[in-house]
Amino acid sequence: MAKKTLNIVESAYRAVMEEQDDTILWLLAAMQAAGGAHTAVLRGNAVNYAIAGQGAPGLSVGEWKQTQAPKMDRDIIDLVENRKIPVYIVEEDLAERGIGRDELVPGVKLLSRKALPALFAEYEIVSHW
Amino acid sequence: MPKKTLTFALMDAPYESANLTTAFRILDAAARRGHDINVFAYEGAAGLAFAPQTAHPNPVHGKNLAEENHPTTKDQVAALVAEAVRNGGKLDWVNCGMCVDERGVNQFVPGTRRGSPADFQAFTEASDNILVIPTK
Repeated sequence: MAKKTLNIVESAYRAVMEEQDDTILWLLAAMQAAGGAHTAVLRGNAVNYAIAGQGAPGLSVGEWKQTQAPKMDRDIIDLVENRKIPVYIVEEDLAERGIGRDELVPGVKLLSRKALPALFAEYEIVSHW
Repeated sequence: MPKKTLTFALMDAPYESANLTTAFRILDAAARRGHDINVFAYEGAAGLAFAPQTAHPNPVHGKNLAEENHPTTKDQVAALVAEAVRNGGKLDWVNCGMCVDERGVNQFVPGTRRGSPADFQAFTEASDNILVIPTK
């Protein structure tokens, strides 16, 4: 059985246009497909990934056009529904940014910062990205 | 709008930062307006025009090579060179030679060249304005 791993994702929108996704969330999906047992916690600016309906216009340089611009809300839904990776959102970080719970994609779970230590204890590995 | 000479210094490596997306948006706007543009690609940015960059499929997205249509910065640089020329301007894209050597990225797309900090100094002297987009 794979080691249970909790992944705290804090860096956000770092290179999503060039990679057409978030490289850490992509990595978790790929590792899950390889037999991993991953969970994600979005904190800091990364809580923004869970806002439904977001998107960026593709980059255009001269006659070159990006056709597959990232959609982070779609990727979060994919993690939860298809990859079976639980996704937690730190609720204080949402509140600090003025983001309402009703703005989030379905399936994500809210938790308080105070609940993090107990969550850590449930996992064999905790990785902070 | 009269033609201007604009210089940009870039530092971020490809596929690492949103800074370059912003840089390419600004550079594209300048090229569309026919300005003369200089770029000094320093440190990690010396890899932006590296010709062997290759797009890839994305199994996590469930997309093949064509469907994923993954962007490469070398294609963006080449498009920028063409856009500048098409609008009556020019783009002098200089890759810092020592940075290139350190990284082994010494094959460039056409329209870009190897250079040195002396080129950046010359750009600085000849430009109406300069924008540095540094690594943070």
